[in-house]
Amino acid sequence: MTMTVGTSFAERAQRVSAVAAVHADDVDARGRFPREAVDAMIAERLLSIQIPTSLGGEDASVSEIAEACSLLGQSCSAAAMVFAMHHIKLSSLVTHGADSAWHSAFMRRVADEQLLLASATTEGGIGGNLRNSICAIEIDGDTCRLTKDATVISYGAHADAILITSRAHADAASTDQVMTVFTKDQYTLEQTHVWDTLGMRGTCSDGWLFKGEAPKEQILPKPFAEIAAQSMLATSHLLWSGVWYGIAVNAVARAQAFVRAAARKSPGVAPPGALRLAEASNLLQLVKSNTIAGLKEYEAAKADPDKLSSMGFAVAMNNVKIASSETVLTIINQAMLICGIMGYKNGTPFSLGRHLRDAHSAQLMISNDRILGNTSNLLLVHKQDTSLTG
Amino acid sequence: MKQKIRDILAKHGALPVPVDQLAEDSDLYAAGLSSFASVQVMLGIEEAFDVEFPDNLLNRKSFQSIAAITRAVEGLTGSAEAAE
Repeated sequence: MTMTVGTSFAERAQRVSAVAAVHADDVDARGRFPREAVDAMIAERLLSIQIPTSLGGEDASVSEIAEACSLLGQSCSAAAMVFAMHHIKLSSLVTHGADSAWHSAFMRRVADEQLLLASATTEGGIGGNLRNSICAIEIDGDTCRLTKDATVISYGAHADAILITSRAHADAASTDQVMTVFTKDQYTLEQTHVWDTLGMRGTCSDGWLFKGEAPKEQILPKPFAEIAAQSMLATSHLLWSGVWYGIAVNAVARAQAFVRAAARKSPGVAPPGALRLAEASNLLQLVKSNTIAGLKEYEAAKADPDKLSSMGFAVAMNNVKIASSETVLTIINQAMLICGIMGYKNGTPFSLGRHLRDAHSAQLMISNDRILGNTSNLLLVHKQDTSLTG
Repeated sequence: MKQKIRDILAKHGALPVPVDQLAEDSDLYAAGLSSFASVQVMLGIEEAFDVEFPDNLLNRKSFQSIAAITRAVEGLTGSAEAAE
């Protein structure tokens, strides 16, 4: 691989996307980790772009990272989702770890060695609510130890470090949580569940029994409640939306190629799918506008922890997630109607099965019902924003 | 006012610990206040004090502790009832 520093994030992501495209069907069919795409991310040094330049990164904004997510999502959803999840974890370090010597040094390591970060927030027995933990971190002198029945750790077997949540101490309430960074040499994983799913098969989100021991300075110095509200939830919804938008963009591109091919064969006659294509294009623009509005709101609120923790911001981010995750499914379904049997079949230039299956994960990864429940609770006191542009 | 706030917390806060064991500046979130319950507490307070929380007070900080809630309610009622 050649050195590529100096070219734009989008150009570098585009090159990774080209590599990911070659292997996307195999990644999906075999439910395997998108190794080639992640190696290309490493070669392009994309795993550290979010880190401040003072720590060896490139200061990329969340919008720039979302653009890269979309570019990757256009070729391989799994590779794009791995990239998004890595950067969601990194956002917690960048936002909440800058004042901690250990976490700053770790960010420098992530940049130098292009380390891949995974997340372990789900736990057996908590029913998918990541703001609750059963397991507790045990602090013994300068050491901390944690055992967690992590029912999902995406690409856990392929990560170089895991950011993992737990109760803050043995007597802590289930919502009194911390997040700790454990590096690969500091934990063992024993597989408990196999990720054999409808779509997003390449994220390899197997279940693991995690056992780790590390110096206690690796616990992030902020309560997880603040980390979740101020970096994790917002970046999750925004970067995931970037990935889903990318999947939908590629589906519409395939549908458009199908319509154009038909139009070229019989000029002067509107092809049957042309109207549906116009509708799909309209919906695609809605998802794009929705995601951009969310990104702008996040960038504007970023420097203000009070705003990031406000109900208005939570409602806005929840709405971005709900709208993107629902609309991309409608779009891909439209594309399938346009391409017909050629879209339904695997192995054609118009195949959409993988897109449709991958996109079905969107409403489930943090269930939309849970998110709507959360928004509906907030709306009992929070007044709906009435401005158009502000 | 503080007793009234403690009563509302006890009724709607769904805390795993008794409210009278909490100090005025104890962190309610660390004590187990969930985001769902914090909204229920807000509603209870709005009803009890006949106030409405403006959006700038609808954040974690305003409900971080009994002292913080008291300050928020005082700001809204403009009262010095806190001496009660």
